Amino acid sequence: MNSAVDLILIFLILSNLALLGLSRLGACIRVAALQGVALGLLPLFLVESGPAAHQLFFSALLIGLKGIVFPWLLTVVLREIQVQREIEPFIGYGSSLAFGTVFLIVSLWLGSRLPLPASMQSGLIVPSAFFTIMSGFFLIIARKKALTQVLGYLVLENGIYAFGAALSENQPVLIELGILLDLFAAAFVMGIAVFHINREFEHIDTDKLSGLRT
Amino acid sequence: MLILGKLINLLLCLAAAPLLGGIINRTKAFFAGRKGPSVFQPYYDLFKLFQKGAVYSQTAGWVFRAGPVIGLASAAAAALLMPLGGLPAVLAFEGDLIVFVYLFALLRFFLVISALDTGSSFEGMGAAREVTFSALAEPAFLLGLAAVAKYTGHTSLSQIFSSLDITDWPAAGPTLVLVGISTGIVFLSENCRIPVDDPNTHLELTMIHEVMVLDNGGPDFGMILYTAALKLWLLGAVLAGILVPVHTGNVWLDTTAALLFLALLAVLVGVVESSMARLRLLHVPSLLIGAAALSIVALMLVCGGLL
Repeated sequence: MNSAVDLILIFLILSNLALLGLSRLGACIRVAALQGVALGLLPLFLVESGPAAHQLFFSALLIGLKGIVFPWLLTVVLREIQVQREIEPFIGYGSSLAFGTVFLIVSLWLGSRLPLPASMQSGLIVPSAFFTIMSGFFLIIARKKALTQVLGYLVLENGIYAFGAALSENQPVLIELGILLDLFAAAFVMGIAVFHINREFEHIDTDKLSGLRT
Repeated sequence: MLILGKLINLLLCLAAAPLLGGIINRTKAFFAGRKGPSVFQPYYDLFKLFQKGAVYSQTAGWVFRAGPVIGLASAAAAALLMPLGGLPAVLAFEGDLIVFVYLFALLRFFLVISALDTGSSFEGMGAAREVTFSALAEPAFLLGLAAVAKYTGHTSLSQIFSSLDITDWPAAGPTLVLVGISTGIVFLSENCRIPVDDPNTHLELTMIHEVMVLDNGGPDFGMILYTAALKLWLLGAVLAGILVPVHTGNVWLDTTAALLFLALLAVLVGVVESSMARLRLLHVPSLLIGAAALSIVALMLVCGGLL
């Protein structure tokens, strides 16, 4: 019945796979931005009686932040540090995609095993939320560049948000705003940190930062 | 009527398959601003090649001579299994989709070992690449077909494509789109088309398919070209069955829709080939694994009963 929700969730899954398989940082940022926009639209389709005013406001805020502000911020950083693509990730792109399909199967299995109290709008919500969370974690682990790790963190948060959207139809606005503020501060700080790491060390490969201890 | 339909389907495939290559070349010529060869040029080429005599290297054995024959035979056998539009397939039995996929694997296997049999390291390189990429394309294709098979509840190509209908699109749209994209990538990869392989190039660094058939000449090369044309037609027919499953009840209308789709597909391939560069060899596996991932997503959607 809820084909719009299903479409958004399938887009979520596909965008995760794209993030796992793309090497160009600019393209990754754009995919993550589209994912944020899709997630912002998700709650509007979840309520059956039409969205309330505060939900519209919140969605607009989310889309503005995840779809415009974060990508803009990261693109600026990208331009400053002059890095075009991730050259040697810890786990290659082909293998990352293969891992992605494994995660997808695991999350579908989890979604089918997890009894949830709330009635689900779509059977896909929990699996795709799990898959997004796992993809985010995987991006943080498998990539070297600090920028991709920031993206992984954003994807992880997207997954948590999708999970939350599934569980409660009306989330308290204050909590959501708090999460968004945290996220904004984190992305901002990380963006600045990436820039400074780059200026200090002339690269943003986090695996080399351990050299600071010696 | 049924037998007539089967015969027409088979004859149409055998007779019209080279036309697709002609349409592709014509489209590419149009984009390059040339007049281009006639759409019937592939027929002239085949005719010319079949009139020639064959030359065989002294190092090549019987495998080299058997390769093109077995290749053509398996492609022709695959043509027996594939329905097109309203026309039924000549043969249909439970599980024939696996036979269909593995007839192409047989074709590839003999093409590869006949390339290895020439003893040329150059052809060995092409064979290695072909095997590497097809090992990734095969799961994508098979899993995509499995998703459609699971959705329709049949394992025979004829039954799958006759029970799939245009009215399924609103309900199963996402699945069919995913399978369509994945099969489309496999279609380009298996037919040595541009994002994966460039059919025009003779540059040793980038060749995959062309390099394997360099030593074949005359009728052998003609058979290989004709086999490639049949493969293009048959995989295009799979795409037509998934993407435009028109079943109005009128056989001719349905078949015309499928044929129009095939022509459109050829034009589309020509457009892709004119506007895109081929991928770096290292990036091809990512594309094919991506296609397999899409097929898996589609299969999961169907299996989980989520849609």
